[in-house]
Amino acid sequence: MKIMRRTLAAMAAGAILAAGSAPVLAQGKTLKFVQNGNLTILDPIWTTAYVTRNHGYLIYDTLFATDANNVVQPQMVDKYEVSPDKTVWTFTLRDGLEWHDGQPVTSEDCIASLKRWGARDAMGQKLLDFVKEFKAVDGKTFQMVLKEPYGLVLDSFGKPSSQVPFMMPKKVADTDPFKQIDSQVGSGPFIYVNAESKPGERHVYAKNPKYKPRSEAPSGLAGGKVAKVDRVEIIEMPDPQQQVNALIAGEIDLIEQPPHDLIPVLRKEKSVQLVDWNPLGHQFIYRFNHLVKPFDNPKIRQAAMLTIRQEDYLKATVGEPEFYKVCTAAFICGTPNAFDVPGGLLVKPDFEKAKALLKEAGYDGTPIVLMQSTTLPVLTNMAPVTKALLEQGGFKVDMQSMDWQTVVTRRTKKEPANQGGWNIFHTFSVAADILNPISTSYMVANGDKAWFGWPTDPEMEKLRDAYAKETDPAKSKALAKAVQDRAIETAQYGWVGQWYGPGAARGTVTGWLKAPVPVMWNIEKK
Amino acid sequence: MLDFIARRLVSIIPVLAVVAVFVFLMLRLTPGDPAAVIAGDNATSDQIADIRAKLGLNEPIWTQFLIWIGNVLQGNFGESFFFKKTVAELIAQRIEPTLALATCTLIFAVMVSVPIGVMAAYRQGSVFDRVVMGFSVLGFSVPGFVIGYCLIYVFAIELGWLPVQGYVRIGVNFWQFLERMVLPSLTLSVGFIALISRITRASVLEVLNEDYIRTARAKGLSNRVVLMRHALRNAAVPILTVIGLGIAILIGGAVVTESVFGLPGLGRLTVEAVLSRDFPTIQTVILMFSVVYVVVNLLIDISYTLFDPRIRY
Repeated sequence: MKIMRRTLAAMAAGAILAAGSAPVLAQGKTLKFVQNGNLTILDPIWTTAYVTRNHGYLIYDTLFATDANNVVQPQMVDKYEVSPDKTVWTFTLRDGLEWHDGQPVTSEDCIASLKRWGARDAMGQKLLDFVKEFKAVDGKTFQMVLKEPYGLVLDSFGKPSSQVPFMMPKKVADTDPFKQIDSQVGSGPFIYVNAESKPGERHVYAKNPKYKPRSEAPSGLAGGKVAKVDRVEIIEMPDPQQQVNALIAGEIDLIEQPPHDLIPVLRKEKSVQLVDWNPLGHQFIYRFNHLVKPFDNPKIRQAAMLTIRQEDYLKATVGEPEFYKVCTAAFICGTPNAFDVPGGLLVKPDFEKAKALLKEAGYDGTPIVLMQSTTLPVLTNMAPVTKALLEQGGFKVDMQSMDWQTVVTRRTKKEPANQGGWNIFHTFSVAADILNPISTSYMVANGDKAWFGWPTDPEMEKLRDAYAKETDPAKSKALAKAVQDRAIETAQYGWVGQWYGPGAARGTVTGWLKAPVPVMWNIEKK
Repeated sequence: MLDFIARRLVSIIPVLAVVAVFVFLMLRLTPGDPAAVIAGDNATSDQIADIRAKLGLNEPIWTQFLIWIGNVLQGNFGESFFFKKTVAELIAQRIEPTLALATCTLIFAVMVSVPIGVMAAYRQGSVFDRVVMGFSVLGFSVPGFVIGYCLIYVFAIELGWLPVQGYVRIGVNFWQFLERMVLPSLTLSVGFIALISRITRASVLEVLNEDYIRTARAKGLSNRVVLMRHALRNAAVPILTVIGLGIAILIGGAVVTESVFGLPGLGRLTVEAVLSRDFPTIQTVILMFSVVYVVVNLLIDISYTLFDPRIRY
């Protein structure tokens, strides 16, 4: 017993001594935020993961940003000019921009950052195809010289979602784009506190006292980024039920997007509120493998498209009509490039016509390998709906269930479906990623270089190129419609409805901005 | 004794070799490509191929294995594919919550299960005995996460006595550490208590029917002395064996419990690594768990000699 007492006393003494050497807990207001997944990678150019993109918005800044009306506005840039022939763009940075280590933000930093981003991001790659050279005019001014006019310069620089052209110091941005960066020095409204961050537990961000926000009111991702809390902590909490419990108990302040089935629980709680921070929402898609039978035949793809009824998918996956929208526009309803698909396609299936098309195309009854992801709740019910609809249209379907990581791996395989390949899988995109024909990776149709499914359609590529070069907004819009029409004509992929997922916050939290990304500036905590 | 320990330690080597080969092959043969996971949803096949090449995943499996095992033998467990840290650093960061959870669970489970097992045996057939046996069946049957959620609902949400989740390091604030250990330890110990109390009861019952117990009672020794000094000590070997085997339950249970209670320990690291196909991390964590399991059982074997002088190595 004496030994036990001595041991306990020693343990207590050790704990007290250790407490003395622990980092001082932060003073002031701390906002505790739980994201949809774990933040493991801290390089927002190296990965497209949304959690990493959100981290990027905390510590980095952007040259331009998209406002709440989807208009690109200057952010780090003070002013910019375009030459009359639209091939020379001159950008001047705002005064007083500083990296977190106190060094000034320079033109060279921005050029290096744009080059690294352009090596990884699809929209960046397209832009760099048109760039002849970047030139640093002085410390605050740089030029981008184009080979020919390009219509998406500002859209590219103000790209709101993954991968975002975040500005980094040159020494960091010079890192090989296929290697992760080592430094977390940015110029954004928060500073990453490496010493207190523990992957798998929490990531800590302190308010950047030297950040100079723009004078305009915040709007979307643009305007003044005013940090109104002293500290943000991203808490790693994988279990959605626990996220909700912790929010109700007041242990955290914000949840990025609780699952739809837990929303009724949150609604009953007076101490929490639901916040529709992403009004554009998301879009479900289904993707054909154009390389292998039977979807190498456009008629068979068209037959499959004829079986789509968006509402079936939305009811099965989201449930509450309040959180979904039947929308036949590929580039998201309510945005400038939204065009309805005529003839009831995607909303009213025509199974007889599908069967007739299958007969005409000579479909031999080979089962379609449909990959069902069972680990992402929002996708789990998609495949069973597809199976039921396709079977009504005369297809035979072999639905194979697997975890999402296996889907992600298997979708890279180009072999026939019966040799480890696939025919159809489902995924979804944040609406902000798919607002035009260039940023929408599903529209790319340059074969091997295209997104999984690898469609080849020179006509589509011609239209996308024309869209990229077009600088007249009216003509751009017409080209966007032509791209959508072409995608329908060749049955390139199916978009099967929009859905929304509100965030949840304590009642004491205000100022969560409406934007495609959950941003932490402007948020106040009482 | 030293011979025995040396022999047992040497016997760990083939066990670890088999585990290493098995884990390595299992990870490579099951579907899942870390490069595809890293690249994200918008990546193209070319980008994934570039990442795969950078990670060395294009090498033949045996080359990958030789490189890995060669590094492990030099104490280099590699770098996580996802966290920009070495696996050794990751494990060092994550080991404290798991050790704390396992220690609290073990202490709590043994302190509860052994006395109730002894009492159940002593009062065989009584209401207390039936309750203990009923509880042990329940403890085996109800999954840990259900127990965890129920405890959270009652003690954290309704009563507000304890936090819902999270972990505070013992060095940062000892009382907050304890507060956050109560519910996870309780959750994880339910199955363990059920197992140990049942085995304790059975072992003690067997011993209570022995002649020397009757003799001890005939000598006029008190029930407490008979139970604690004569019966329990002789029943200790099977109980210790079960505690040793139960380490596997603790390791398995930690994976679920840490996820439910948001503890940033090795269990959660394992889940994260498996879901993201972080091969170096999975391989090292499983190797480490194997070492822990073998070493704990070696210690248990050695401890038999303390309770039963007839056992000699």
